[in-house]
Order: sequence, then C-alpha cells, then structure tokens
Amino acid sequence: MEEVRLMKGNEVLAEAAIRCGCDGYFGYPITPQSEVLETLMELKPWETTGMVVLQAESEIAAINMLYGGAATGKRVMTSSSSPGISLMSEGLSYLAGAELPCVVVNVQRGGPGLGTIQPSQSDYFQATKAPGHGGFRMIVLAPFSVQEMHDFVGLAFDLAFKYRTPVMILSDGVIGQMMEKVVLGPQQPRWTDEYIAETCMDWALTGKKGRGRNIVTSVDLDPNSHERFNLKLQAKYRNIEENEVRYETVRTDDAEYLLVAYGSAARIGEKVVEMAREEGYRLGLLRPVTLYPFPTGPIEVLSRQVKGILALEMSAGQLIEDVKLASQCRVPAYHYGRTGGVVPSPGEVYEAFKAHFPK
Amino acid sequence: MAKIKGTIVVDTERCKGCSVCVAACPSEVLALHRSVNSKGYNFSYMENPDACIGCANCAIVCPDSCITVYRQKFDTAPVR
Amino acid sequence: MSEEFKVEIKPENLVYQKPALTTDATMHYCPGCSHGTVHSLIAEVIEEMGIQDSTIGVSPVGCSVFAYNYIDIDWAEAAHGRACALATAMKRLNPGKMVFTYQGDGDLAAIGTGETIHACNRGENIAIIFINNAIYGMTGGQMAPTTLVGMKTATTPEGRRVDLHGYPFKIAEMLTHLDGVSYITRQSVNNPVNVRRAKKAIRKGFEKAMAGKGTSFIEIVATCNSGWKLSPVEANRWMEEHMHPVYPLGDLKDI
Repeated sequence: MEEVRLMKGNEVLAEAAIRCGCDGYFGYPITPQSEVLETLMELKPWETTGMVVLQAESEIAAINMLYGGAATGKRVMTSSSSPGISLMSEGLSYLAGAELPCVVVNVQRGGPGLGTIQPSQSDYFQATKAPGHGGFRMIVLAPFSVQEMHDFVGLAFDLAFKYRTPVMILSDGVIGQMMEKVVLGPQQPRWTDEYIAETCMDWALTGKKGRGRNIVTSVDLDPNSHERFNLKLQAKYRNIEENEVRYETVRTDDAEYLLVAYGSAARIGEKVVEMAREEGYRLGLLRPVTLYPFPTGPIEVLSRQVKGILALEMSAGQLIEDVKLASQCRVPAYHYGRTGGVVPSPGEVYEAFKAHFPK
Repeated sequence: MAKIKGTIVVDTERCKGCSVCVAACPSEVLALHRSVNSKGYNFSYMENPDACIGCANCAIVCPDSCITVYRQKFDTAPVR
Repeated sequence: MSEEFKVEIKPENLVYQKPALTTDATMHYCPGCSHGTVHSLIAEVIEEMGIQDSTIGVSPVGCSVFAYNYIDIDWAEAAHGRACALATAMKRLNPGKMVFTYQGDGDLAAIGTGETIHACNRGENIAIIFINNAIYGMTGGQMAPTTLVGMKTATTPEGRRVDLHGYPFKIAEMLTHLDGVSYITRQSVNNPVNVRRAKKAIRKGFEKAMAGKGTSFIEIVATCNSGWKLSPVEANRWMEEHMHPVYPLGDLKDI
C-alpha cells in the first residue's frame, strides 16, 4: 500500500536514505539542512536497517568519512549547505579521483562567505563546473519538490554506483524547508557484505579474501599514466552526458518564448508561464533535472523554435551561461535572478520577461 | 659443547647500503661491500662470517627487509 | 666461515625472513628510513594475527603515501590529514575488519589534528600508527609540529624558535586526556630491542582495536636522515640523544 505523508524536504532526505538501503550518513549541522541529521538521529536506523549515522566534527571530516565508507563499497551519504559544501571540495576531488560512489546533498543558502541562511541557487557553477580541484565532473540532480527530494536519493545512489562517481543533489532552502505531500518508497534491504564483495570485487576494500588486494587512491606520479587516467574519466563523463540527461518541459510544444529554470526557481517559472499564457504570450518552461549533464540538446532544439529565452535562477547569472552555450546565442537569452537569499516573485519575473520581450 | 652459529643471505639488489644492520650487529660481522649493486649502493655483506650467531638483529632493523637469517646448533665438536 | 660450522641454508634453520605480507616492490624510501622497519613490523603483526584478508590500511599524504605498495592488504590513500576520518567510517561500516591508519607528523599532528583528536575522542576501534620524525620528509624537510626547539629545517634555517613557531607538539601526551583512547604508547625502531618492543606495541594496539576497546595510538619516534642531513646511523644516534628526551619512550596509557 502506498505510504503518503506530509513532510519537509529535509526530513524526506533522511527517510529516503533509510528506505533506499543507505549504509551510512555522516554529516555536520548547518542551516538550512540540519533536519536531515536530526531526523536520522530520531529515526535510529541503526536499530532497524543497521545504517550508521554519525555527527562528524566538521564537513571536512564528513566528506572524508564518505571517502572511507565508499572505499569499502558501502552506500554513503552526507548533506550540507553552501559553506559546508565548500569545505568538502577537496574530499569530493579525492572521491572523483579514486572513482568512488557517494551521494552529497547541498541545500543551498545565500553566499558568498557565511552569507545568509535563506534559499539561493548560487552554487550552480561550483556544483556543475568545479566541485573541487583537478577537472572532474559530478552528476548533479536538481529536485523541485519534496517528492523529488525523496526520489532522487535512490536515483543518486544508482547513478553513483553505475558510474562510480560522486553524485550531488543540488537543492535549496525552499525545497529543504517546504512541507509537501510525499509518497514514500518501500524499505529496500541494505546490500550484504557478500553482495558488495562480489559486485564491487575489482575495487572495494572488503579485505582481500579470495582476490588480490585492492587499492583506493588518486595519486600517480607518472604524468603519462595519469593523463591516461584523466582520459578514462573524460570518457566516463561523455558516457554520462550521452545517457543521463534528464529534464522536463511545460507547454513548450507551441512556445514562442522559453523560460529555463531548475529547482525552486522552476516552481516560480511554472507560475510565470501561466501568467504569460493568460496575456497571450506563448511561453514554455524547460526545467533541467540534471544540471550536469546539462540538457544542452533539448535547449538547442528549442532555440530553433523560440524568439527568446529567459533563464531564471536565484543567483546573479550562472545557469544563463549554459543556456547561451546550448542555444548557441541563436536567439536573445537573458538572465533574471535575485541573490543573497531573496526568492523572486512570479510577478517580478513576468515583468522582467515582458521588459525583454515586449509584444 | 654445543655451538650456535648463524649466517645471513642479503638480497643485494634490494639493499640500499644504509648500514643500519652493520651498527646493529653485536658480533661485528657485517660491513658494506666495496662493490655496488645495479642501483649504485654498496650492499651489506658478512665481512666476518665466523662471528655470526644468527641473532637476526641485522634483519629486524633492516628497513628494506633485505636480510634472511639462518641459525644452526652444532652439538658436537667437529673432528679435525 | 669455517667449514666445520657451516650453517646450512634450509628451512629448518630459518630464523628470519622478509615478512610474507611485505611485497617485492622496492621501497621508495631513502636508505635507512624508519618507515621500512615499521612497515615490516605491521606486516608481521597482521600475518601473525592471521588477519591479512580482513585488514584495511589507510595511508597518508607524506613520505608514506605509497605505503600501500608495500604491505599486501587492502588500502586506501587518504587526503592529507584525513586518515582517521576515513578509518572511522570504514570501521563503523565494517566492524569485523581491522582498520588502521599510518600517518606522519605533518599529516597527523598538523593538518589532521582535528580528525585525529575526534576519532580518538569518539573511541573509534581503530589503531593509529604515528611516525614522528620531527620533519616534513616528502616536501623537502620543512618544520613539523614535532620539530625540536633549535632544530634546523628548510623553514627554520636557523633552528626552530619558540617565539616564532611555538613548541614541539606532544600529541600523544595530549591524547591521554581523551576517554576514548585505551592505549597510547611511544616506541622507536633505532635498535633491535626497540624494534621488538615496537612490534609488541603494534600487536597490542591491533588486538585492542579488534576487541572493541577503543582507539589505540602507537607513536614511533623515527628518523629522517635525509631531512636531518645525517647518515642513517648518525641519525639514530641523534634521535637517541635529542628526540628521546623530548619524546620519552614507553606506554603513556593502557586501560
């Protein structure tokens, strides 16, 4: 029977982690996502599924706990908010460099620096272009509802293990704090040690019983062999770009104008589409669900159909760069956004749209 | 009268000639050889093999695990 | 050797050989480096405990970054200073495994102080092997937190000055105050007696970690003859004269 509940986005992350058979959560409190750790501590999954939950001494420790846990083939996860994610940069690079799977949630808040605790989308560049040093990529999923906060946890683990890469769920304070109806998935069993030893035999540190030893590392002093490794990583990223693009569209079939927005901004975008349609603008919305890989192809196709594009985001203009690249500047593409934790109203976005594209 | 004698085998290619074994030997058996291995190190060898008692001190202090130690008890005095 | 007492080279007479868990790879360490000796001891302990199929090592950043090349077990190479964080998760997610870290003084007592202290304070059931040679070896001999007062390094060319750099960091002493740690000992591998003692200490630390007694911390006061600009034998002598008085050997805590 379907289990439906009214829950906060952050609480759902915890619930979904347990239900999808996550082995370990390691996190450090930071607003606006502290409910994830709090909820896990309340639910005590170590008594039910055996999932380990640990409050780390810092985000640096937390991401390195993920590195350790992931190295043993376990399904591990952390969550944080913008400043904390910055502290995880080095660890993410090591995880990518050692080709380890893990799930990291960023419930974004306004920056830079300590910034605000209100919602923002200003970590788009960080998540999609350079989550850390060394030129690696990370799959980035952008939920726009509490339901997707739930669904993307399992999806993120699947993708993380499929490609042996860190996967980020890039949310924000709106989705994290918002309460919505959510359909919870059934409890999945955690992977057994035997299953991990068998399926992750060629890399996971399960003890070298019955095989040669495994080494998890990202260091290589030989530039030529390290270039070969980088090329292998790049091939993996091309594979991801070909196979894992996810997006949704609203009324783009007959659209003359296109709005591009992800996450909570896409919710505002849906309202803007309604407002525009009422006044006779044939506006459609494209919502990237994966920010990396970016839905370049679909935007490219739509750019041949529309007269103009508006990228809506809670930042000073980051998504717009990928939109321009995807549309190859075939039509005018503008940015509208608010920063510092300010959430734009549909009305102000619509006004900005009309200013750029008068009738 | 019983006599304990020892001997060692040095992996001369692995040896880096640090001479920590030379210093650790209580019987002053070891020295660095005049010739070098393929890496250019003067490797350790038994300069005074008769004095070796097979205590393995040289081997356990060796950072590169180059030394294998054997020991044998001779129960009877050899006939000349 | 006199013909009369020629020791036969045969298995019955074997007293010591390279530990089976030590790989055939030539170690990248400088001649006489203490790291190799400690690696052998760890290999022997793992072998003797029969846990080679269920042990996971965590190597640091520093000279021993490639420790994983030399002991034939599963290994992860951690980010600088973060070995104890890795080990924490490894052990909690795999309580039946033996998990240990192998870290130098820069890794453990400078950049990784936080991770070390908190792993110890939580009483993670891991063993921490801490190689203290009072210098950064890999990067070319810069000052470490454990560098002695007056000791010359690449970043203290006139010797470590207390007014500029503070004092040698006695992290083992500091850790004794944490309830999560059950065993803290300081050993050295400068002579055969101390090597044997150090091995016993490593074994004890591993056994305590496996028995769930909390964290074991085994410091090995070690040499870095290249960094110290001494011959290996001189370095051992210098260590005895200068390091051991500041970092006295023996058990600091055993509960």
